[in-house]
Amino acid sequence: MAERARSVNRVPPPVSPVGGIGAAVAIAALMGLSVLAVIWRAGGVSGLTGADWAALRFTVMQALLSSLLSVALAIPVARALARRRFFGRRALIVLLGAPFILPVIVAILGLLAVFGRNGWLSVGLGVFGLEPIRIYGLHGVVLAHVFFNLPLAVRLLLQGWQDIPAERFRLAAQLGAGPRDMLRLFEWPMLRRVAPGVAAVIFAICLTSFAVALTLGGGPRATTLELAIYQAFRFDFDLGRAAVLAVVQIGLAGAAALLALRLSGQDGFGAGLDRPVHRWDAQGGWLRAQDTAVIAAAALFLCLPLLAVILRGLPGLLDLPDAVWRAALSSVWVAGLSTVLLLILALPMAATLAGGRWLGVEMAGLLGLAASPLALGTGLFILIHPFANPAALALPLTALVNAIMALPFALRSLVPAARDVMQGQGRLALALDLRGWRFLRLVFLPRLRPQIGFAAGLTAALSMGDLGVITLFADPERATLPLQIYRLMGAYRMEAAAGAALLLLVLSLAAFWICDRGGRGHAGA
Amino acid sequence: MKHLVFAAGVLSATAALAADKPELVVYTYDSFVSDWGPGPAVEAAFEEICNCDLKLVGAGDGAALLARIKLEGARSDADVVLGLDTNLTEAAAQTGLFAPHEVSANFAVPSDWVSPLFTPYDWGYFAFVHNADQDVPSNFRDLADSDLKLVIQDPRSSTPGLGLLLWVKAAYGDEAAQIWDGLADNIVTVTKGWSEAYGLFLEGEADMVLSYTTSPAYHLIAEGDDSKAAAPFEEGHYMQIEVAGKLASSDQPELADQFLEFMVSDAFQSIIPTTNWMYPAVIPAGGLPDGFDTLIRPQASLLLPSAKVPAIRDAALAEWLSALGQ
Amino acid sequence: MLELEALRIAAGSFRLQADFALRDRAQVAVVGPSGAGKSTLVNAVAGFVPPDAGRILWNGRDLTRAAPGQRPIAMLFQDGNLFPHLTLAQNVGLGLHPGLRLSRQDRAGVEQALDRVGLAGLGARRPAELSGGQQSRAALARVLVQARPLMVLDEPFAALGPALKADMLDLVAELARETAASLLMVTHDPGDARRVADEVIVVADGHAAPPAPTQALLDHPPAALRAYLGNG
Repeated sequence: MAERARSVNRVPPPVSPVGGIGAAVAIAALMGLSVLAVIWRAGGVSGLTGADWAALRFTVMQALLSSLLSVALAIPVARALARRRFFGRRALIVLLGAPFILPVIVAILGLLAVFGRNGWLSVGLGVFGLEPIRIYGLHGVVLAHVFFNLPLAVRLLLQGWQDIPAERFRLAAQLGAGPRDMLRLFEWPMLRRVAPGVAAVIFAICLTSFAVALTLGGGPRATTLELAIYQAFRFDFDLGRAAVLAVVQIGLAGAAALLALRLSGQDGFGAGLDRPVHRWDAQGGWLRAQDTAVIAAAALFLCLPLLAVILRGLPGLLDLPDAVWRAALSSVWVAGLSTVLLLILALPMAATLAGGRWLGVEMAGLLGLAASPLALGTGLFILIHPFANPAALALPLTALVNAIMALPFALRSLVPAARDVMQGQGRLALALDLRGWRFLRLVFLPRLRPQIGFAAGLTAALSMGDLGVITLFADPERATLPLQIYRLMGAYRMEAAAGAALLLLVLSLAAFWICDRGGRGHAGA
Repeated sequence: MKHLVFAAGVLSATAALAADKPELVVYTYDSFVSDWGPGPAVEAAFEEICNCDLKLVGAGDGAALLARIKLEGARSDADVVLGLDTNLTEAAAQTGLFAPHEVSANFAVPSDWVSPLFTPYDWGYFAFVHNADQDVPSNFRDLADSDLKLVIQDPRSSTPGLGLLLWVKAAYGDEAAQIWDGLADNIVTVTKGWSEAYGLFLEGEADMVLSYTTSPAYHLIAEGDDSKAAAPFEEGHYMQIEVAGKLASSDQPELADQFLEFMVSDAFQSIIPTTNWMYPAVIPAGGLPDGFDTLIRPQASLLLPSAKVPAIRDAALAEWLSALGQ
Repeated sequence: MLELEALRIAAGSFRLQADFALRDRAQVAVVGPSGAGKSTLVNAVAGFVPPDAGRILWNGRDLTRAAPGQRPIAMLFQDGNLFPHLTLAQNVGLGLHPGLRLSRQDRAGVEQALDRVGLAGLGARRPAELSGGQQSRAALARVLVQARPLMVLDEPFAALGPALKADMLDLVAELARETAASLLMVTHDPGDARRVADEVIVVADGHAAPPAPTQALLDHPPAALRAYLGNG
């Protein structure tokens, strides 16, 4: 088998890698040009300060802790969700995605409503005469990052579980394999394949963290690279240093990506016949209780802050200013465009990556996460300003940048499934002369429908909630909902801001739900 | 793509429409142009008298505004920049991009600050805001000795954060580092900007938040809520004077001058107090709105000379970082 | 006529040589010990394993570099012969037009083929709803509509029961005769060879022997085959 697999790989895949390589080159060019534009404008680069190195150390440490902890905690949650069926499971999974799409400030306030000095937990402890918990510090930063990223890790790992064909579980059940054997046989190899990539993505996200790290870190000891970039741009106006810091940030994410690629093998599980997964193991009472506890704990941890956001938002929701509705419309438009752009980039890249190892494409897929929004936005501004009014392009640019930021998540979801399609059905497709567009239309896209739905939903939701580069370009007529929330807060209107945040939450979840549902339309027939 | 084409069409259409009217482009900070800021009313009032199209463009906050002007240089579309404060004017002046103004008015700014390039349009005092029922200290030393919890903004990313840095420096000079050492255990956390800090304070995460003496006016006037107060400090309060300037590269210099004149007129000044929640630079004919009389009036107004700010700022930041970065 | 001209395939320590021709309408079984390269041989013919040296010719035309779908070959693999997300009719229709742009006539042809393999009326089903035997029949229906002059089978019926497998082999032989196609099939069961093949290619010791008459070969197996067949 191994021998044949090797030989088969020597045959060109049904889809040319050119499209994916083109998309990757376009992304890399956009990133590279924007950094170069900043350097050009600065007239050169300048060295880093001691404070910058301290920021680098802190950034790497918190990102590493956050990603490892997120993945470690996500494994039992995803496993429990993979082998349990219960009422409301779908809704729970969708809801679990919510923290990820909230604007930072809204999520922070939600978290603090639970874990803060005056939060529910502290009040609860106070009833027993206990001290309120101290959330501010490195542990607070990690807690917040886990809150943001745990759901993402759960989703991606859960998908890994669902990508193990039902036939394999059936076979294992027939062999009398218990939960422990399942772990060794499928789950561990699957985790080895999926988890490093998930960890790398979360690491990259946490690299660009700024407001969360600073606010929950409790002060300037929690200075991250992004804050250093901010300082270089606006406090010192040292564009050269800002560009260097931005490159360092991208370099770190690139290193994480390389490491993840080395750690994860690429062998898939082969294709199954789309039978619904039924698990014969793990039916014991003890395991059932364990899974229930894990799911309940994760749901509480993720949903309580959301509940706080909802409760705070309800009073303001009834009386939202018109400007908020207008901004909501802009946001929906940005989210839609972002999703289209994402699919245009991600699908060819996934096809390319499924057909073979393209390190450059893999790396380009992660670039977006690591790019400093401020540096990228400034670079784009410098590039565009001589030719057009950047404000007029604010919404399309925001959509493009959001699409690039969502790309790593989309690829994490698309590539493993695409690889399985290529391995399971590539030969048959070639034998029938199904190549290029025909292969995409008849095999690739339909087989990946659930993953495409998920990726599209995630992008739409992310794009809806991301403040992105709009702050650099905005004018009065063009504001997205997250920007409008900040504006409301800046005008003391905290209640209206909370209402708008709830609206954003609802819109994001709805966008995700619609796309994800559409993707699962007739899967599992 | 369709939308892009559409947008381009609309743009050229509006450009054509406006061809008979000159366009004045004013860069300002984002909260000025927001629907809840002074922007909409200012635009309407000026367009009534100028026979022109006033275009307000938002760019982050004051520091981002200056960065944007530096990025664009002489190629900038902007005619006027509105929203720098006295901590930024020296750096702004050094760009050489600004042209002198000829505006004179009966300024009610409690400071002798003047500049050939920049004209004040509003001002305020930084202050710690707290719940009115809370007993609060009346100077930084007592605050440092107290158990009160503070939330402040990072001077590297926030205008009020920088204001506090200079406040302590102006009041204590060489002893500023000691003050910060003393305050370190009172500071719950440091935020990226004003909104985060104020939000945290309202959530009960801290007893006091760095804001403005005018903040309680918002709660009183807009919400009928008198539960917030600003703490008067014996050292005096650091001032923020917000200013505007005309760009030398402006293609509408007369219109820009007209806007600066308008800016210190009654029409503009009467909009400021209840939209920007700051003191107007010139007292409008109708006086200050009801409620402003309840605000604390500091015994002393502190303001470092603009020309010295860049040097002082870097030294003060180093002290701040070393005191809070432990 | 299929000709393998001094064909050599190498992968790691694996080696395979072949140099023979297959006459038209031949029905040939490929037998030999496990791991000797039976699958590799037919996969090379079908274009999935590029040879390191030598040529593959069809009626004098050089196929060595042709893409798998461009060869005059209809192939069935050990598994995965149907796309799980497509209906049977669509799966069969792919044999007529890989873009599934089917004329009314094409659709009638698909119906006919399904009918021919005993799956009349099941065109709207998906593979997972069928038994293993039915899935094999559906794949055969596609081979039928492909109407290629060479059918290559890489043990597609290995998972089926003996009776069912025998039915399938008979069906394959019939279909090959009906369409005047040659048949090249891998098997590890000498009974299969006797059942449908006039000739046998023995693959052993890195060498694929030229086709020899089935009866004679199996009755008097050469040394390499004798060890594999055992005492049977």
